[in-house]
Amino acid sequence: MRLGLVVGRPEDGGIELGRRSVPFPARDLVGAPLRLLRGGALHVAARHSGSVPNALAVRNLAKRYGAVQALKGVDLEVGEGELVGLLGPNGAGKSTLVKIAVGLVRPSAGEAEIGGARAGSRAARAQLGYLAEMFRFPGWYTADEVLELHQQLAGSSGGASERKRLLELVALSDAAHRRVDGMSKGMQQRLGVAQALVGEPHVLILDEPTSALDPVGRRTVRLLLEDLRGRGVSVLLNSHLLSEVELVCDRVAILLGGEVVAAGTPHDLSRPRGVELETDEGTKRIDGATREDAPRLVAEAVAAGRRVYGVRVLTSTLEDVYLEAVGGETS
Amino acid sequence: MSSVWVIVSYGFREAVRRKMFAVVLVLTVAFLFLFWLANHFVFRSLDTINPPADVHVDTRTFAGAFLIGLAMFATLFLGVVLAVFLTLGVVSGDAERGLLQPLVARPIGRSTLLVARFIGAGGVCAAYVLVVYFAGLLITGLTGRWWPDQIAWPGVELVGGVLVVIALSLLGSVVLSSTANGIAIFMLFGSGLVAGLLGSIGHALNSHTIKHASTIASWALPFEALYQDGLRMITEHASGLTGFLLQLGPFGGAYVHGWGIRVWAVAYVLLVGAAALVSFARKDL
Repeated sequence: MRLGLVVGRPEDGGIELGRRSVPFPARDLVGAPLRLLRGGALHVAARHSGSVPNALAVRNLAKRYGAVQALKGVDLEVGEGELVGLLGPNGAGKSTLVKIAVGLVRPSAGEAEIGGARAGSRAARAQLGYLAEMFRFPGWYTADEVLELHQQLAGSSGGASERKRLLELVALSDAAHRRVDGMSKGMQQRLGVAQALVGEPHVLILDEPTSALDPVGRRTVRLLLEDLRGRGVSVLLNSHLLSEVELVCDRVAILLGGEVVAAGTPHDLSRPRGVELETDEGTKRIDGATREDAPRLVAEAVAAGRRVYGVRVLTSTLEDVYLEAVGGETS
Repeated sequence: MSSVWVIVSYGFREAVRRKMFAVVLVLTVAFLFLFWLANHFVFRSLDTINPPADVHVDTRTFAGAFLIGLAMFATLFLGVVLAVFLTLGVVSGDAERGLLQPLVARPIGRSTLLVARFIGAGGVCAAYVLVVYFAGLLITGLTGRWWPDQIAWPGVELVGGVLVVIALSLLGSVVLSSTANGIAIFMLFGSGLVAGLLGSIGHALNSHTIKHASTIASWALPFEALYQDGLRMITEHASGLTGFLLQLGPFGGAYVHGWGIRVWAVAYVLLVGAAALVSFARKDL
């Protein structure tokens, strides 16, 4: 398989994205600039030659709840072994998109596929691990029993060794025989992550997996996601935590009002914001300067008799990009 | 283990862990004790009942049938209560609490899940109804030395009645919230009982209008018709004034439904079940 990731409208081509993308034919590389768009769907496409389908693909996806248009023609694809973050304020349509991908909600228009199978079909669900945003496990089950139940439902033959390994992964080994109703919210959330990994799914869809976790728990999940990506598992991560998404995701898509308004790698989405020079005269910021300007600026300062203590290239963070994309929308 | 049995086991464990069975067991033991007490005093006083000389009433048959009719009503009521509490929140209730989504996202599928919940609840309720029904028969038979004309069929029809309620409750759980579903099912159950009682009187008095209304109620709510048919069968050989008085109700039946209503009840469960499956398949969670 030759797989590459592109951003841009299909007719424009796109630019290669993603740290783990593999080479694809040069003719597919049409270098459209990365843009923030409003009022139109931004295609975040994983182009592939051959017949290997994307781990997750939604095309022109729309969903209407009565008078509310939750999704307005969204296109999004998650390639093999790719970790894509979904960002957006409350009501942007993120959870609706995730639920359609999992088969919990039916789209009004468009299509969604998991590994080439229609979302919601048995074949799609068989490839999927899912952690819902609002989930609960029966309080009378132990952690081990929850995983056993899901092994049976997923048809996993992993047995006790798989359960033990999953509980270790989410740091719940000591709570294997503790009942769910005796667990903290954070422990339940980690158990939810373990549940999503039952049966070694090909695609993982996590809806706010770290919302109830403390910093240590978040780090545990983050490391777990990086490990999964290293093993070729494709992940769609819906999260409000920008720093988390920025740290682990290959690409992000920002939704607003049911549309993708920005997409790309965290690095590509960020833009230069100048260079900060710390000298004996104090800290000075040179707006508009880039990384390439830094050596010249230092040389000029030294030539002018200044003592230079530090130089820092400023770029916009994902938070800046996000706030620019969503405007004043509350997250 | 197949997916169906995984979900059946899940539902069974839910009922056990929530102490539903413990509560039902305590209430049932209390009911059976009170029922034995009633039998004891009624049959002990039987010899002191002296109808007028020109009225021939078989007091033992009348008392036995009345008491078993009472037991059948209690059995149906307790079975329905159990059925409703096992099923009223299977879809909407569990979805609101976030219990359903992790299950539905698995390959088992929605239809399997719903069918399994029907099998689980149906199995538990059928066993419960049969145990309570035959316990009631034994108490009356051993205490009063009176046995109904039909032993097994009335119990089977009670089970059928409860299965109809389970199907309705599962359909309700798809389209209504738990609370609304519980209210709706109990109101349907109450309406059915009232319609059945009026129907008994109408048939005994041969009132065409009431008979017509009761027939409609029977087809619309076949659990009531099955219950009435079961009541009829416990005294199907009773005749004369005894039979007439029993047919007036409330714990005797005048209907002659037979196989028509039994077949319709099966079809009804299938139709309601199909509606539940279609609604569930289309439901956004």
